[in-house]
Amino acid sequence: MTTILEIDLGPLLPAFPEFVAGIVLFGIIYYVMAKVVVPRFEETYAERAAEIQGGIEKAEMAQAEAAEALERYRDQLAGAREEASTIREEAKTQGAQILAEMRTQAQSEADRILATAKMQIEAERVQAVQSLRTEVGGLATDLAGKIVGESLDDDERARRTVDRFIAELESSSGERV
Amino acid sequence: MGLLGLIIPLEGGGEEGSHWPPGVHSFDPKPLFPDAGMDWLNTYLLQAVIGTIIVIVMWLWVSKDQKVVPGFKQWCGEQLYNLVRNGIGRDALGHDYKKFTPYLVALFSFILVNNLFGQFFLTMFPTFSRVGYAYALALLTWLLYNGVGIAKHGLGGYLKMMTMPKGVPPLLYIIIIPLEILSNFIVRPVTLALRLFANLFAGHLVVIVFVVGGTMLLEQTSFLYKIAGGASLLMAYPIFALEIFVGVLQAYIFTVLTAQYVASSLAEDH
Repeated sequence: MTTILEIDLGPLLPAFPEFVAGIVLFGIIYYVMAKVVVPRFEETYAERAAEIQGGIEKAEMAQAEAAEALERYRDQLAGAREEASTIREEAKTQGAQILAEMRTQAQSEADRILATAKMQIEAERVQAVQSLRTEVGGLATDLAGKIVGESLDDDERARRTVDRFIAELESSSGERV
Repeated sequence: MGLLGLIIPLEGGGEEGSHWPPGVHSFDPKPLFPDAGMDWLNTYLLQAVIGTIIVIVMWLWVSKDQKVVPGFKQWCGEQLYNLVRNGIGRDALGHDYKKFTPYLVALFSFILVNNLFGQFFLTMFPTFSRVGYAYALALLTWLLYNGVGIAKHGLGGYLKMMTMPKGVPPLLYIIIIPLEILSNFIVRPVTLALRLFANLFAGHLVVIVFVVGGTMLLEQTSFLYKIAGGASLLMAYPIFALEIFVGVLQAYIFTVLTAQYVASSLAEDH
């Protein structure tokens, strides 16, 4: 057994070739790890992290978009509701207006018809009065003449004269019409 | 032996009998070409080389064609990679762990594979039961943690940080400085190497005792010896399981301590 400083190292004394081999072999492994294996893993991890982050961002964006769409939809809905109510309101007022208009129109029409009827009646009345006025005078004088022309003592005759006069009057009025 | 030799793997086979009892000589290297005069070209070196190839090929295969959504193979690789990267590196080193991930992953997988060689039926020897390999890795770790410390704080600043801890009265420096030098620059690497070596050396010695001793007892004519030999061989299996555990644990510890030492060198104040 080799000794160092007069101490027997026994199995603790390294064989120099083994020491060198250990360093060299480990160096090779380290080189492969550092150049190939660890970069591969780290690259994948970085990619994964980026992808997860990207996914989260994408999801957040989609959520924001959805919220925005919902907000817009709600706005639209409220707008539509408001519009509908204003339209209804308008229709109501318009309907009332139309009704009132119609009513006044009907009223005026009725008034107009009434007025023309009244006017016609008045005109006819005036005409009747006029014709009466002219005829009554003549008739009265006719009747008077006849009564006077006939003998007044004969009651029978007087009665017949009156009757005749009335019949004449009736027939003349029948011709006139 | 006969059939038993096929079922229960033994180092050196029957010739081990002439080396009884097992001891340091059981770990003597066996040159691949005994007559060529190249004693350094032995089974341990072959093992270490094969281990290196396994580690490299395994990591290259696992990390090939990586996808953002991992398949089973990639998932397994990531679990192992994360164990070292996050469980060891990030825990100890904080935010600058990424720089040291290759070193830690290489360290962990190299030690792990070589330790498991102790229980693998074709090799049956942990490479690190040869102290030279353990010294090699300890030296590299020593260079690493001192190197990053000097690079960060400068030689003077680093030495001051490592030997003169804050909050110690200057009067005590007479004691503290030699102690810190001993602890940080000598004891650390030596214990690192010896812990790994001794665990595997002793563990493998136990395996040899149970397997070879059991076989020898089984070959005796006495019936009681045969029973004792059978029991001893059965006991070898729990010992194997224990040795697998120890092998994994030692790989982990070596890596964790390396990360710790680097972290202490990088620390703002010790």
